[in-house]
Amino acid sequence: MGRILVARLWQAVPVVLGVVTIVFLLIHLIPGDPVEIMLGENAVAAQKEELRKELKLDRPLATQYVEFLSGLFRGDLGTSFRSREPVLREILSRFPATLLLALASLLAALLVSLPLGVLSAMRPRSAVDHLCGLFSMLGLSMPNFWLGPLLILLFSIQLGLLPVGGWGSAAHLVLPAATMGTGMAAILTRMLRASLLEEIRREYVQAAAARGLSRRAAVLRHALRNALIPVLTVLGLQFGSLLGGSVITETIFSWPGIGRLTLQAIEARDYPLVQGCILFLAVLTVAVNLLTDLLYLRLDPRIRVE
Amino acid sequence: MSERPRSGIRGARLLRHRGAAAGLAVVSAVLLLALFAPWIAPYDPGTQALDSGLSPPSVSHWLGQDKLGRDIFSRLAFGSRVSLAVGLGTVSISLLLGLLAGSLAGFFGGRTDRLLMRLADMLLAFPGILLAIGITAVLGPSLRNVLIALSVLGWVGYARLVRAQVLQVRELEFVQAAQAVGSPPARLLLRHILPNALSPILVEATFGIARAIVAEAGLSFLGLGVQPPTPSWGAMISEGRHFLFVAPHLTLAPGIAIMLTVMAFNFIGDGLRDALDVREEIR
Repeated sequence: MGRILVARLWQAVPVVLGVVTIVFLLIHLIPGDPVEIMLGENAVAAQKEELRKELKLDRPLATQYVEFLSGLFRGDLGTSFRSREPVLREILSRFPATLLLALASLLAALLVSLPLGVLSAMRPRSAVDHLCGLFSMLGLSMPNFWLGPLLILLFSIQLGLLPVGGWGSAAHLVLPAATMGTGMAAILTRMLRASLLEEIRREYVQAAAARGLSRRAAVLRHALRNALIPVLTVLGLQFGSLLGGSVITETIFSWPGIGRLTLQAIEARDYPLVQGCILFLAVLTVAVNLLTDLLYLRLDPRIRVE
Repeated sequence: MSERPRSGIRGARLLRHRGAAAGLAVVSAVLLLALFAPWIAPYDPGTQALDSGLSPPSVSHWLGQDKLGRDIFSRLAFGSRVSLAVGLGTVSISLLLGLLAGSLAGFFGGRTDRLLMRLADMLLAFPGILLAIGITAVLGPSLRNVLIALSVLGWVGYARLVRAQVLQVRELEFVQAAQAVGSPPARLLLRHILPNALSPILVEATFGIARAIVAEAGLSFLGLGVQPPTPSWGAMISEGRHFLFVAPHLTLAPGIAIMLTVMAFNFIGDGLRDALDVREEIR
């Protein structure tokens, strides 16, 4: 187990380094002069020079890269060009909101997909199964940027039950979490159905039924536990795309997280902050994927033996 | 290698899949709408009528008018061109890149393989459309840059598929024989590897179109896609959501269009997967 742990951690190193390199190169992809784009055409030459120095754009690319890396090791992601605050501090101040929303979406997705997946698998090809299938297809095909406004229209404008957006109470969390969680619920429902159907066919479930256990008990007590293992992996992998989707959902609901910060930084052409946000979310995703991997190892002894 | 059923049989199997048949019908309708938009749309999508801005659906404007009084149905018709162009364009570019990278990795193995697959891992570390957001943010918003941004990530899936197929086929006796007599890799790729990888690639490409359409609309929603006055479904939702209280039809119409189109491609993908017997992870 220890050796696998070290091996997985070691495998993540080049990925993180690659992510850092790609994010570092982003600012150099800007067509034309980044300093001019950030300051606008009317900026004075002295102003431009100052910013160029501050962003270290006046040095050779290799030097910039090394300094970028050494900065990262010191926890220095640069300074926001608009607020003059350290980028990392700005991101960390928004992180709790993003984490809260992601976890709430995950919980919502699980609460919906667990019963739906089990119901579908217990009665394949029944009316319930078809309904669940339709729900998953709708959930998969409904983009956040449409579902969000739709939920606002229904629950805030028509029914007046929940706030349109903002932050402050549990009620504020409901619509954004439902928006982000729906796609994931759809994926998890499909996954759980497929995985549970496969388990139900196995001998140990038949044996449990033969011992006189009801079908429901055999499925819930025995098959479900094993069926959940692959679902868990998908859950971990999907957590990353939740974080990526936070840019859209947080913007719709004016949720004060990193996603909204990213778009605000893009609109303000605050490239150090854009870089920081993207880097933070990507590295977080790598970390979550790694954790999922390790959890998977713990849960499924078969893999450890391999 | 299993014997492949004739295409007629597979076509029939696809059409028996009710979802896929419905999906094909919807996609055909959207394709016709995009191709014949200038003839189908009752108005020019850019013509403004400020005095009748935000009007609800009526006989003369089936889906109503937006803030500037532009006809929503006409904008929807022209907007379908952007969605389909990005969907098909991204998948075509990604497929070409993926074929190239996958076969390079599979044929040469060793360092080339490790390098390309590591690059794929790195790109996959960026969650969802985050990398595309970053790329369009720095390159500037435009149709071309959306295509670039989405293809940068899009090739990975195809590359993995092709690589796996190359690795499998490379070991077969007749392929080794072909290689031994000097058959060039390109010929090997076209004659032996592609035909075998075609089914999973087709399924992946169908889902890929759906993903690209959603991603383009998402980027346009954020203001990072096609720029006004060119109509795009994502941008129409973004403009409309500021008028949810007074004119929800602005948001509903493009949203339904995106959802139906995406769902249609997803259904076709599901149907193809079943008809072609492709096993893959559910995404």
